Amino acid sequence: MLLRSGLGSLRLALPLAVLASASSIGGALLGLAMPANVVQMLLGGVVLGIVVLMLVTKKSEFPHVEKPDALSQALALNGIFVDGASGRVVQWQVHRTVPGLFVFLGIGVLAGMFGIGAGWANVPALNLLMGAPVKVAAGTSGLVLSLVDSSAAWVYINQGAVLPMVAVPSVVGMMLGARIGARLLNVLKGSVIRGMVITVLLFAGLRALLKGTGVWP
Amino acid sequence: MAVKPARETVVQPAEQLRYARLLDWGTRIGLFVLVLTFAAYMSGLTRPHVPLEQLPTLWGQPVGSYLQQTQSPLGWGWLALVQRSDVAGLVGIVILAGCSLACLLALVPLYLRRGDRAFAVLCLAEVAVVLLAASGWLTGGH
Repeated sequence: MLLRSGLGSLRLALPLAVLASASSIGGALLGLAMPANVVQMLLGGVVLGIVVLMLVTKKSEFPHVEKPDALSQALALNGIFVDGASGRVVQWQVHRTVPGLFVFLGIGVLAGMFGIGAGWANVPALNLLMGAPVKVAAGTSGLVLSLVDSSAAWVYINQGAVLPMVAVPSVVGMMLGARIGARLLNVLKGSVIRGMVITVLLFAGLRALLKGTGVWP
Repeated sequence: MAVKPARETVVQPAEQLRYARLLDWGTRIGLFVLVLTFAAYMSGLTRPHVPLEQLPTLWGQPVGSYLQQTQSPLGWGWLALVQRSDVAGLVGIVILAGCSLACLLALVPLYLRRGDRAFAVLCLAEVAVVLLAASGWLTGGH
């Protein structure tokens, strides 16, 4: 749905996903080897750091990208979509592609290590660093997630760490929720999406930190 | 950044639409299999590898001791137990984790026909990474 409407960009996702997928395999192996509470505390710290970053950055719904960098131009990392909330046609392009690729290499490690994906890191990296509109960042993040988590999931499956009876209800719920989210992403204002992302991240970050420290078992 | 092309002229690239169509089908099939196998487990129609009533006492344990106590296999060994209702749940998860491979491979001819070799290589690289992860050659853990 997001790809058809242009809110997700395959062209933007592919280069980032290749790097993040490769590093997510290492992250998954690392996650399996580390104590669970350390993983939770790390996750909480990283997510809360991103909340602070998003709070202090203004005007991130439609970032102004003056000129795409050479790599972004060569790979044609740009797109167009109709914003369902305003009815406007929005053309976008990205910059800082090389730093973005390095950041996604790190995001892949985190995605694999925490075994839950790293949408919370994808959106700020695409939006705040590379300059994609927040809706394109959220939509493309879903696509990057699906590719990166495919790699990490195999590591967990091969290690016998996937309990189907725990995973199945979660996966079904997330897939149905994602379809609802995709519809909402099209019609809601960018500022509302940003507020929702910050709220969910704040809750998830606090939850992970408290779980890791044993305060909230 | 906003410009003025007419809304009707906004069309997404052909490869993006092809990827979306294939991914949609892959996830629908995966979802169907997940629901089917979960229903089989919950209804007790087929025998599970780990009985439902034992699960709450086992799922909080570290992976190693869970595998030891339930005598669950590593790697692709679960295929030998796929007739058990709980292990069959992995089939749906494997379909979901693997459906991006078919989607990416279907894009390669499109990119090559257009002379977009960089993206054809990126698709193949992503397929190679997922296959490496799925191979089970990479191991780790406690």
